[in-house]
Amino acid sequence: MKFRAKIVDAACLNHFTRVSNMIAKLAKTCTLRISPDKLNFILSDKLASGGVSMWCELEQENFFSEFQMEGISAANNEIYLELTSENLSRALKTAQNARALKIKLTNKHYPCLTVSIELLSVSSSSRIVTHDIPVKVIPRRLWKDLQEPTVPDSDVSIYLPVLKTMKSVVEKMKNISNHLIIEANLNGELNLKIETELVCVTTHFKDLGNPPLASENASQARNPEQMAEVHIDIRKLLQFLAGQQANPTKAVCNIVNNKIVHFDLLHEDVSLQYFIPALS
Amino acid sequence: MKSFLSVFRSLAMLEKTVEKCCISLNGRSSRLVVQLHCKYGVRKTHNLSFQDCESLQAVFDPALCPHVLRAPARVLGEAVLPFPPALAEVTLGIGHGRRVILRSYQEEEADSTIKAMVTEMSIGEEDFQQLQAQEGVAITFCLKELRGLLSFAESANLSLSIHFDAPGRPAIFAIEDSLLNGHFVLATLSEPYPHSQDLRSPELCRPAPQLQAHSTPLLDDFANDDIDSYMIAMETTVGCEGSRALPSLSLPPGLQPPCSPGPHSEEEEDEDEPSTVPGTPPPKKFRSLFFGSILAPAHSPQGPRPVLAEDSEGEG
Repeated sequence: MKFRAKIVDAACLNHFTRVSNMIAKLAKTCTLRISPDKLNFILSDKLASGGVSMWCELEQENFFSEFQMEGISAANNEIYLELTSENLSRALKTAQNARALKIKLTNKHYPCLTVSIELLSVSSSSRIVTHDIPVKVIPRRLWKDLQEPTVPDSDVSIYLPVLKTMKSVVEKMKNISNHLIIEANLNGELNLKIETELVCVTTHFKDLGNPPLASENASQARNPEQMAEVHIDIRKLLQFLAGQQANPTKAVCNIVNNKIVHFDLLHEDVSLQYFIPALS
Repeated sequence: MKSFLSVFRSLAMLEKTVEKCCISLNGRSSRLVVQLHCKYGVRKTHNLSFQDCESLQAVFDPALCPHVLRAPARVLGEAVLPFPPALAEVTLGIGHGRRVILRSYQEEEADSTIKAMVTEMSIGEEDFQQLQAQEGVAITFCLKELRGLLSFAESANLSLSIHFDAPGRPAIFAIEDSLLNGHFVLATLSEPYPHSQDLRSPELCRPAPQLQAHSTPLLDDFANDDIDSYMIAMETTVGCEGSRALPSLSLPPGLQPPCSPGPHSEEEEDEDEPSTVPGTPPPKKFRSLFFGSILAPAHSPQGPRPVLAEDSEGEG
């Protein structure tokens, strides 16, 4: 089992750093899946995360000038590693003025992801920073729990408003209640609602637009005014929004009535899917 | 020191309004009087109460240290940037190719399932004004204390000299200016090597194998990366959870528990092992800060905190 990759382009390095910062905000511990074409950051549906799942995918050739991996076996050419997300983002933070960055899977008395950064230096000799991030290698029999989640058949699919706006609204709402209702319809309307004994607050977003529906039958059956809603823990939504530093290229919200809300974002070439289940 | 510092809190304001500052000692009422003579006849008087105290003076001599490093404080300041702010100790040593290595020091944790990230910074010899030490020497000391000194030295654009000896012997960080010189003495961890018989002699200058083993330059080979044997061991372990199937791994040399302090010192963390070398200064403890003014004829003032251990040079 081997993995080594190298980034030399400053823009790619910054982009990769931003991705790891986002992952660090979304999940304390996550699984990194390495395959010949892609890297995935995975948070699977566990009690620990309160049912939240995350699937982030990036094409390795968009980032790495060199990329070599050998999985557990030829038939299972993948590597699954569990790591503390903050370690990776901290390691990459030192790469701001780097000439080159190398990542390697190593075994320094325990498995590590070694990040080696060659810094630009005034003097002739370069400075090298090495970070050994401890990882846990996940055995093959547990891989089935870490597969790409199936996108549920949603009742409503809608484009999200500017995430920064959404985040500031949700931040204020959090002070009033932990129980948030997110609802949307096929008319481009999305509402965020909180209801307490004393007060109800609703923020309406209009003219958001809906992505084209997958099947034509569905579009005829559903009344465009009818809202699909999910009751969720507001802190989970806030954590998701706080992780998005820039406005994504594409942001879609899929709602399955009273079951789950699924966010499907695209940050340039990195896709992020985030699932928040309904409060039981 | 807090009350003394509060007198000089706003530097910008001081520079604009203060013409003169008089510091005197009022022995009768036990007050340190700081008087700021400001513009427009304004005079601010601060009476700070003080207490006489006894403090021990650490006996040290930079000239007796066989190893010296000297670099602009800025170089060292940049070198410690990658380390987490919460990191307590760091190991400084000379690695392959006479590169100066700084490495985060992790104590052996009882709960060793959660391992911390290890960070290493490698700087070329060329960045140093002086490098008098052989490959393999290393000391471990408290990084937090050093950061404070570095920020002062950086702001004053000074060079920092590090005089050190064997692990366990104090390390002296020195700065010098036209107005002052300072010696900052830090205790270093002594590293008992269970495999070696003659550990008693503190004069023995022990090489630090952990630096040579881990600070390999960026080679594109997998010589160190024997993950396959690890994987084989893991896959053949029967009936355990994946995460618990890790084969037990021996600690790398050098990551041994530090030597515990002598009986008198206060410790920030609990140490269980008895001290193997009597008179060794307690690890991880800031000793004292001496500032001597070149202009003043008097001897250096005492450090603010009592130093709670025997002299490093003490007889037996």
